[in-house]
Amino acid sequence: YIHIINKADMAASKGLKILVGCKRVIDYAVKVRVKPDRSGVVTEGVKHSMNPFDEIAVEEAVRMKEKKLAGEAVAISVGPPQSQETLRTALAMGIDRAIHVEIPLAQLEKLQPIHVSKLLAKVCESEKPDLVILGKQAIDDDCNQTGQMLAALLDWPQATFASKIEPSQDSKQLRVTREVDGGMETIDVSVPAVVTSDLRLNEPRYATLPNIMKAKKKPLAKMSPDQLGVDLQPRQEVISVEDPPVRKAGAKVESVEDLVGKLREKGLVK
Amino acid sequence: MLSSSRAALVAAAAKLPRLVTRYGYCTTAAGERQQQKPLSPKITTHPTRNDRAKDPRWKDIDMTRAADEADVVIVGGGPAGLSAACRLAQLNAEKGTEMRIVVLEKASSVGAHIMSGACLDPKGLVELFPDWQERGAPLHTPVTGDKFYMLTEKRAIPLPLLPGMPMHNHGNYIVRLGNVVAWLGEQAESLGVEVYPGVAAAEVLYTEDGSAVKGVATNDVGIAKDGSPKDSFERGMEFHCKQLIIAEGTHGHLAKHLINRYDLRAGREPQTYGIGFKELWELSEDRWRPGYVEHGVGWPLDSGTYGGYFIYHLNEGSPLAAVGFVVGLDYSNPYLSPFHEFQQFKHHPHVAAALTGGKRIGYGARALNEGGVQSLPKLTFPGGCLVGCTAGMINVPKVKGTHNAMKSGSLAAEAVHEAIGSGEIEPATYEEALRNSWVYKELHSVRNIRPSFHLLNGRLGMFGGMAYTGAVWYFTRGREPWTFSHGGTDHEKLLPAKDCKPKDYPKPDNVLSFDLLSSVALTSTNHDHDQPPHLTLYDDSVPGQVNLSVYDGPEQRFCPAGVYEYVELDDGSKRLQINAQNCIHCKTCDIKDPTQNINWVTPQGGEGPAYNGILIMTTELQKSPQVDMKGFLLRYETFKGRSGWKKRWAVLCDFCLYLYKEQTSKECFYALLLPNSRVTQSHDSSGQYRSSI
Repeated sequence: YIHIINKADMAASKGLKILVGCKRVIDYAVKVRVKPDRSGVVTEGVKHSMNPFDEIAVEEAVRMKEKKLAGEAVAISVGPPQSQETLRTALAMGIDRAIHVEIPLAQLEKLQPIHVSKLLAKVCESEKPDLVILGKQAIDDDCNQTGQMLAALLDWPQATFASKIEPSQDSKQLRVTREVDGGMETIDVSVPAVVTSDLRLNEPRYATLPNIMKAKKKPLAKMSPDQLGVDLQPRQEVISVEDPPVRKAGAKVESVEDLVGKLREKGLVK
Repeated sequence: MLSSSRAALVAAAAKLPRLVTRYGYCTTAAGERQQQKPLSPKITTHPTRNDRAKDPRWKDIDMTRAADEADVVIVGGGPAGLSAACRLAQLNAEKGTEMRIVVLEKASSVGAHIMSGACLDPKGLVELFPDWQERGAPLHTPVTGDKFYMLTEKRAIPLPLLPGMPMHNHGNYIVRLGNVVAWLGEQAESLGVEVYPGVAAAEVLYTEDGSAVKGVATNDVGIAKDGSPKDSFERGMEFHCKQLIIAEGTHGHLAKHLINRYDLRAGREPQTYGIGFKELWELSEDRWRPGYVEHGVGWPLDSGTYGGYFIYHLNEGSPLAAVGFVVGLDYSNPYLSPFHEFQQFKHHPHVAAALTGGKRIGYGARALNEGGVQSLPKLTFPGGCLVGCTAGMINVPKVKGTHNAMKSGSLAAEAVHEAIGSGEIEPATYEEALRNSWVYKELHSVRNIRPSFHLLNGRLGMFGGMAYTGAVWYFTRGREPWTFSHGGTDHEKLLPAKDCKPKDYPKPDNVLSFDLLSSVALTSTNHDHDQPPHLTLYDDSVPGQVNLSVYDGPEQRFCPAGVYEYVELDDGSKRLQINAQNCIHCKTCDIKDPTQNINWVTPQGGEGPAYNGILIMTTELQKSPQVDMKGFLLRYETFKGRSGWKKRWAVLCDFCLYLYKEQTSKECFYALLLPNSRVTQSHDSSGQYRSSI
């Protein structure tokens, strides 16, 4: 069932209030190493940065503000104390204020999309955004679940893998172009809605020093999962994390006969 | 104004046989002058070599920069830069003055571009923060054992390490320097310094009349690979300051520019360098000897190539060891590949014994300065000064420079503070303060060791150097009245390929030795691919015409990251391809390019390697027991029928006296409970403590 808000035309209103999710992940260029006890990967001392899809989400929110489609953009991050740096980057890109839901170190490793989506849902109840933009997936777990779960918890429409967001013909809804397996799909969603960003949505701007300095003065609020009343009991248990198997050497063959001969040897061809 | 090396390059190029003139005109069969296609495809698109004012693509772009004011700007957040920042902040607190101090660091986080062994002499740290232990400085591994070896192809010959020799390391700490630098960054911030990682200082700004430095500008962002502006283009910002401290590390690019502009090397020798590699290994537990330090020379380097190795066993909970290798960049054979020499070295039976069963988890490389006092430039210029490795203060035989860097940073801070107070443009007292300090004394005493390698025209090589150190230096400690020269720049020492033998390096076995690209991947280096390569060439035609034809393209061998590649084109000719994304900011290319055609400039801030030196160990949080007193005691002991006074290390804690065989022993061998006792200071002039029971 479609949840329609009794709202004036988007163009006439103060503009949408956008909530953007950012996650602090290991930088995509870092060579990741599995911990000797195989319980996970080494994260201590390793370079971290904002999830690339979340950067795209932040950039989209800032562009919507610049186009006057949005009035206020708020960034939120669920993570350890260092997530504040990620939020400062978002603020430097043009976000107005930030919320940090701090997760104690002990529970950090067991945090899963189900918990994050519940925390975000609780924040949405108090913040009442018109649009939530999340990255489609995080590059550390590749789950691609948080946006979809959040929409279900809030009972809001969702437009995932967005490559374009614009107002619909009648300006009462959002027209989102999605990247799907068969090509591109364009749908109209009514607000409030959850949108997840895909790679081609935009190219994020750089957080330059003058903006970083200005961002220090923007408000950053802290919350805890207890305050929000969400239980962080893990629903999954990681049994082991292992390196991918070492690639075996291949063999080059000179002719088709050789190839068929080798396939026969391996019993793959009769 | 052409520098002398550029003039030499132009002269050299003029001597090359050419059918086509410099600007590409040639005479066709019909006798007409016709413009040819460019001699070589355009390689350098960077704005520092392509004036955007004349580029039509930049016509409508607003090039104004925001400007901000600070009292002192420090370029480089390493040991020298951060020590200068901390000292300045301390001076302000002491003297009640107020200053805005800004540190600009190109790495994405403080410490991420720090790549050093490192065996730290705590002198510099102790002077800056006498309470470093309470403040939690990450110095966890005191040196427990120290050895020096000479490697031949099959054997490892131990050489005596007498106290007083520069390689003797007792009292020092093995650290992960990135950790220490990150910690220094925290101290600086808590003292009120503004530290901005991810920001590269790209340009020096001058006063109207061009005589003095007035600040720096940070890098522009959003320029495409072909040099055109992207949608995300943004101009860098300017920092105007009263004093600029350059702390970029060895062969910094702004330092290079300032040294040329103010001719700071006049009357002094040029700097000479080495390239240092380091790998971090997780050893198998049975081969791990925490606190053990080993240095050595020899195989596989031939006696004419300066270099050596170190292995430092850390003691921070896991069996980690740092394996390092240095090759002097004054080598002459263009076929030499320092990276492959390093990989081969690990196969020596003595080294393989330590590493077998272990796993390589880190790799990095950086140029280091080897010139010592002979190569120190003038340290100050109107508007600022040079500190640390940027000036060149490594004690080469000791393979240590961090303590000197930190001390120079402190001294510079004092001079800068004074200069700002008195309104002087140049912090001139800095150079004199350095000359009167223990930094200069130390560098002066070892000044002849590195160049002794060149004794008898280098025929004795490493043997000559070691013989000099043992026979002369050990007795004179630098008091000998002569000073050896380095004999010219490193890049001039490279011989043409035709005069040298190609070298055949064994293939990596992926257990002890590895290939270049997988090593580069371990540095986690990255650069935005869509930006002009930051390895710029003064002349795009020189690589093909000189580097390749005369020297067989040595840059494809001395770069530890595979940035330079000569790729074959369809017509069979070779073209230089610059893989700027691989760069790990070591600066070796800028140093060793025989024609000095390569000019390294900074890429966008936040890019480059991401060395992991920052480790937050939970074992740090254990509180150390409250120690009331510690020191040496003489104890009358009987052993195997013989009695005598033996000096033992004693620790008084909680009314119990613990005795250890040595200061570094982990377990005590004797404990004496002393209830109802009090420690009082004795009144006799010998200054000894006495406790009364």
